[in-house]
Amino acid sequence: MSGNGTGIGASVKRKEDARFLTGRGRYTDDINLPGQLYGYILRSGMAHAKIGAVHTDAARAAPGVHAVFTGKDMEGVGGIPTGWLIHSKDGSPMVEPGHPALAIDKVRYVGDCVAIVVAETAEQARSAANLIDVEREELQAVASIEAAEADGAPLVFDEAPGNVCYDWEVGDRAATDAAFDAADHVVSIDVVNNRLIPNAIEPRAAIANYDPATGDYTLYTTSQNPHLVRLLLGAFVLGLPEHKLRIVAPDVGGGFGSKIPHYAEEAILTWTAGQLGRPVKWTCERLDAFKSDTHGRDHISTAKLALDADGHFLGLHVTTKANLGAYLSTFATCVPTYLYGILFAGPYTTPAVYCEVKSFFTNTVPVDALRGAGRPEATYLLERLVDKAAVELGMDRVEIRRKNFIREFPYQTPVALQYDHGDYDATLDLALKAADWAGFEGRRAEAAARGKRRGIGISTFIEACGIAPSAVVGSLGARAGLYESGSVRVHPTGSVSVFTGTHSHGQGHETTFAQIVSDMLGVDFDAVDVVHGDSAKIPFGMGTYGSRSLAVGGTAIYLAVEKVIEKGKKIAAHLLEASAEDIEFENGSFTVAGTDRSKTLGEVALTAYVPHNYPEGLEPGLEETAFYDPLNFTFPAGTHIAEVEVDPETGEVELVAVTGADDVGRIINPMIVDGQLHGGLAHGIGQALLEECVYQDDGQLETGSYMNYTMPRAADLPSFNINHNTTLCTHNPLGAKGVGEVGSIGVPPAVINAVIDALRPLGVNDMSMPATSQRVWQAIQRANG
Amino acid sequence: MPTVTMTVNGMERSGTVEGRTLLVDFLREHLGLTGTHVGCDTSQCGACVVHVNGSSVKSCTSLAVQADGADVTTIEGLANGADLHPMQEAFREHHGLQCGFCTPGMVMSAVDLANRNADPSEHEVREWLEGNLCRCTGYHNIVKAVQAGARAMGGGS
Ligand code: FES
Ligand code: FES
Repeated sequence: MSGNGTGIGASVKRKEDARFLTGRGRYTDDINLPGQLYGYILRSGMAHAKIGAVHTDAARAAPGVHAVFTGKDMEGVGGIPTGWLIHSKDGSPMVEPGHPALAIDKVRYVGDCVAIVVAETAEQARSAANLIDVEREELQAVASIEAAEADGAPLVFDEAPGNVCYDWEVGDRAATDAAFDAADHVVSIDVVNNRLIPNAIEPRAAIANYDPATGDYTLYTTSQNPHLVRLLLGAFVLGLPEHKLRIVAPDVGGGFGSKIPHYAEEAILTWTAGQLGRPVKWTCERLDAFKSDTHGRDHISTAKLALDADGHFLGLHVTTKANLGAYLSTFATCVPTYLYGILFAGPYTTPAVYCEVKSFFTNTVPVDALRGAGRPEATYLLERLVDKAAVELGMDRVEIRRKNFIREFPYQTPVALQYDHGDYDATLDLALKAADWAGFEGRRAEAAARGKRRGIGISTFIEACGIAPSAVVGSLGARAGLYESGSVRVHPTGSVSVFTGTHSHGQGHETTFAQIVSDMLGVDFDAVDVVHGDSAKIPFGMGTYGSRSLAVGGTAIYLAVEKVIEKGKKIAAHLLEASAEDIEFENGSFTVAGTDRSKTLGEVALTAYVPHNYPEGLEPGLEETAFYDPLNFTFPAGTHIAEVEVDPETGEVELVAVTGADDVGRIINPMIVDGQLHGGLAHGIGQALLEECVYQDDGQLETGSYMNYTMPRAADLPSFNINHNTTLCTHNPLGAKGVGEVGSIGVPPAVINAVIDALRPLGVNDMSMPATSQRVWQAIQRANG
Repeated sequence: MPTVTMTVNGMERSGTVEGRTLLVDFLREHLGLTGTHVGCDTSQCGACVVHVNGSSVKSCTSLAVQADGADVTTIEGLANGADLHPMQEAFREHHGLQCGFCTPGMVMSAVDLANRNADPSEHEVREWLEGNLCRCTGYHNIVKAVQAGARAMGGGS
């Protein structure tokens, strides 16, 4: 790896920017097909109701309307599947109710799809939808975990008594109980992880087409994983073979997890296009996005930590209740289990850990992955608890962490994961220095003189990313493999097309992957283009989530390049009349070792496609594909420090500084990596200080627009102080760990710990997210008694 | 139905619209200028910002008929041929964009700020961008880009 101006390690300016900056991006809603019609999805305004007849005659007769379809029309079509089967403590499988794309006998959340109206224009479709008359009998709704588990609560699904989907556990309960019996101190905490609405700035959209001449379906959709959509939509919902169903996810305007799931609208659109033999386009309005994009988080937990007299952690016991919403979205069931419970060792040597999670159905939007998915919830709980332990034991917050760090690797945690490598002291030291932790008391005093309460908070954390060996996830209930494919096509004149099964919706894969390939092959950065997002072009892929694209998808590309080089050596050896073992490849040239006789990659490529003088028995062409199945999770880790000033008169929290010291493994493009960290931090700060999805008891979404759901804006955030200490992942050849979720995982507890630190002198010892001025002010008033 | 005529990116464009047709729909649907995006329906996100007679305007909140006779610039009209506008170049240089969806509105908004304030402080940039949401970048690099772009523009576009 040469690390040259455009190679691995260089902050190369992005290939994708030219089109995005000039308005030439091609997002789903920018696509129009000849003869297209427009679909409007009529959604339930009630959270829970039986539905009877749906009267559509008036809508069908409205101007421009071509068709109206309801759940009854789609009854023969398969339901929307879920991707992960969880087993409860007693070995029983989770309750897995059906999810019809269009509601049939019941609606279960405000936003549930009831009918599609198809018309000449979007406006006609929407107006006609107002004419649909749905016979409904409203039922009492359960809009929260508390309501779902109450005695005699109404049931979202008759087959799920108590509204429980599963009651899962991980870790050794007996060993954990024993640790508590032996403990000198027990510290406990109750936390809520606030429900969030993802809000990618591009609303979801789809346009489906059916060609009656070939029987081919094409669906353009805002997806992070087009092949996964093809698998679920084709095999489970519509019963279409893969070669008749093409999924294109073109430029996608952010995902953050909310564009992973296969959504009902994708099935409805595709099926409707088949019925009508015309393209049908649908673009979600933002107000509908609030009530139909999957939401994130929404946990209630209680936990306790056992410590010895010196502050060593002996045991951790976590009990969590998770809200899954009204239906099981694609990865919904694994987020509060295998992406959550297994993270509770954190960076600490706690020898006994036990976590139990009960997940509930409620009359709310389905909950699924959101930036971090499970790991922010775990990290928030753990890092709040560790801080509380330090305070209760009278220990320094940094020292209690340092005392318990894992320092020997590989490290087998008591909750399934085996960490390959890391250096938690290094990121801690780096962050403390960068944030001037030592000088904080001076700043606190200076703020106090201005009438402000200043606080500092820390979080030391680990992530589990790049999920994971397929055989392992399969044994845990995953219904898909989690490998990735990469293809590298060297063209006859030496330029290169790279095909990846990951999907870029902001992450800059077109640049990062081109850097890897151009560096390895010694070809110009500009001579390498990366293709993604089209099931007709890419062999296969699992898409982008869980910070997997570089560690898993990048590795597949790396392995494909290695294959290309191996084949190139055989061709070069033939041309140079040498043996392939004697050929070395460097900087784009195949050289006979110890000589100056060489052939360029371009010459070898041309020979591969014009094989007049060619090794016997070798296939022409220079194109290789590799599938890479990861050997383990990757474990990015780091320390985040937040500093706040609270105005005790108003409760207003100003975030004055955020410092990160992160170990994300090998960095290909530092500029892009820092950008990912910034975005994740903003998301995590949003959760800590601003964002909260609120449902009323009757299941109406109270925070259903940007007017009352507080998104982080530029003025809410400081600039970030980002630092790196890199250790390499030991089990992929790039040494990559992942970076997309770091900020949203690490920073929320640092912010809340800082707020509590600021307010502790006023008697405030607890704070929930988001720490809005109102909540902070009330806490101060309560503490004042 | 009314006919509107406006200068869009330096060319005279006309179309027949309904009275309630939004400027953004006229640009996207009638003129095929899909660089201007729609991210919300409550005038909160700023993905739709264009210039009307030199000032930034949320095109999801203005009617096409209101822009009759006006001079409209969209993101497609900012660059000078193959040369990016200094603000576009600054966004590229400082990685002020990720998914690119908020970007056209951000850039158009930033150019308007730079026309009013040739050397905005970080605080002034953050306050100015009050009406532009970005979920990807955490604004950190957008702020740097806007400051650099404003300086590069040297007090005018
Ligand atoms: S589209 Fe959101 S403000 Fe115009
Ligand atoms: S770059 Fe994606 S929303 Fe701003």
